Amino acid sequence: MGGMDSYVSKLVRDLPPSGIRKFFDLVSQSEGVISLGVGEPDFVTPWHVREACWYSLERGYTMYTSNSGLPELREEIAEYEKRKIGVDFDPDKGILITVGVSEAADIALRALLEPGDEVLIPEPCFVSYAPGTELAFGKAVPVETFVEDEYRLRPDCLAARITPRSKVLLLSYPSNPTGGIMTKPDLEALVDIIIKNDLIVISDEIYSELTYNGQHVSIASLPGMKDRTLVLDGFSKAFAMTGWRIGYACGHPDIIQAMTKIHQYTIMCAPIMGQMAAIEALRNGQEEMHKMVEDYNYRRKLILKGFHQIGLDCFEPKGAFYCFPSIRNTGLTSEEFCEKLLFEENVAVVPGNAFGACGEGFIRCCYAASVANIEEAVERMGRLVIRQKGQ
Amino acid sequence: MELKVRILELLERDARISTKTLASMLDQDEEVIAKTIADMEKDKTILGYGAIINWENVGVDEVSAMIDVKVIPEREKGFNAIAERIQHFPEVRCVYLMSGTYDLSVVVGGRTMKEVARFVSHKLSTLEHVQSTVTHFVLKRYKQDNFIFGEAEADRRLVVS
Repeated sequence: MGGMDSYVSKLVRDLPPSGIRKFFDLVSQSEGVISLGVGEPDFVTPWHVREACWYSLERGYTMYTSNSGLPELREEIAEYEKRKIGVDFDPDKGILITVGVSEAADIALRALLEPGDEVLIPEPCFVSYAPGTELAFGKAVPVETFVEDEYRLRPDCLAARITPRSKVLLLSYPSNPTGGIMTKPDLEALVDIIIKNDLIVISDEIYSELTYNGQHVSIASLPGMKDRTLVLDGFSKAFAMTGWRIGYACGHPDIIQAMTKIHQYTIMCAPIMGQMAAIEALRNGQEEMHKMVEDYNYRRKLILKGFHQIGLDCFEPKGAFYCFPSIRNTGLTSEEFCEKLLFEENVAVVPGNAFGACGEGFIRCCYAASVANIEEAVERMGRLVIRQKGQ
Repeated sequence: MELKVRILELLERDARISTKTLASMLDQDEEVIAKTIADMEKDKTILGYGAIINWENVGVDEVSAMIDVKVIPEREKGFNAIAERIQHFPEVRCVYLMSGTYDLSVVVGGRTMKEVARFVSHKLSTLEHVQSTVTHFVLKRYKQDNFIFGEAEADRRLVVS
């Protein structure tokens, strides 16, 4: 038999590969690269969490859990979310443990969308929302956000993209790739539009703990919003547990139970080892997590100052662990800049257009790297900027 | 106070970090950082800067021992007088006053076991007020002052993700 491509469904065949993936293939051919291209903490999972996982294995916790996840973990999450965003979720029916937030977003979209329903997605954003929407037979509708607004979603921009088929608003703040956040007034300004148009909000809050100079606010905590918001969160970023793949969804029991139905048929349950580790992280991991956040904050300031010194415009990101500087004054496109930076200076960053068309002219730099690597990478970037400007 | 503590925490991790880097990380002027550090050096908050060295790597023998010392405290001076007498020996790396079954814990370093043993038998045990000593030789160092001697955990992340 020849090529089997024609056997692949048209939907999947037509799905563009992730821009991050494309750049990853390019970078993996180079050696000795300083990478600011990662999307995960540079900390290894705290020791007590790893140790708790071994202990659970020793005691023989190697079986399935209930579809929704271990009841103790759901209880802990209910308390944690109450502390963090001030919203009460029912640990019994209103919380589902998933395989990372990625699964949570996938099954939320599948549970909510009729074919052709529209999902409003503020961009630039994480790469999987639009493909996830299309795989759920929905239509992804990008809503542009702007550096001038520090990438906050503006109510007028949102309103302009609403149609009778609009069903879901997919909010993801603090934002990957921009580091932008939504303050309470920013969110309040959206509530009327959301309620008037009967939208459901999927709020991906995976970076919520990484909020600097202030407290993360969830749209679920605003009056009238709790029942129409699904809060997605997990352990990857704040607790440095990316490889464990433990996330969760909190929301109205009707929607969570619908998601649980899909989860039960596709995943059965999230791995018990990760769930046991997550319990330990929530019970005893707050202090170490706050130390890690403090450490990101140091490096956030370091890289920001560095960009300003080499003449790259960059707004101050208030969350996550990314900076999103503009490279427009170099006269290069995002991809050209990233390729030159890689081949001429051996530094990897991700082109902004990987996160949506409006990310063109920007690059994503992750500062979850050592102080020495951040300084060296910025210096090298500075050399490229000077060369480009001289031309 | 807050700034001092932050500077100290960062210096404790890496004493060679530059004032310029500290200034960026802490959002301060470089002069402020330099002055704060100079002040802390002057008032002996920062006693000095050293390196944590794995001597084995350069083929230099290094022997150290932890010695439990029981002493008879002196009237009016308690344990301080004898501790201060012990701390001045160049062989002595650390001296701590301890709770529990003995009084002082003394860390002694030398090039050979003989050298260390000789220090204990000739100098330390013979001091007035020293009642008894128990010497524990260090067989292998795994971690010291937050630094791991063996293979540290490598960065295993994908380069782009």
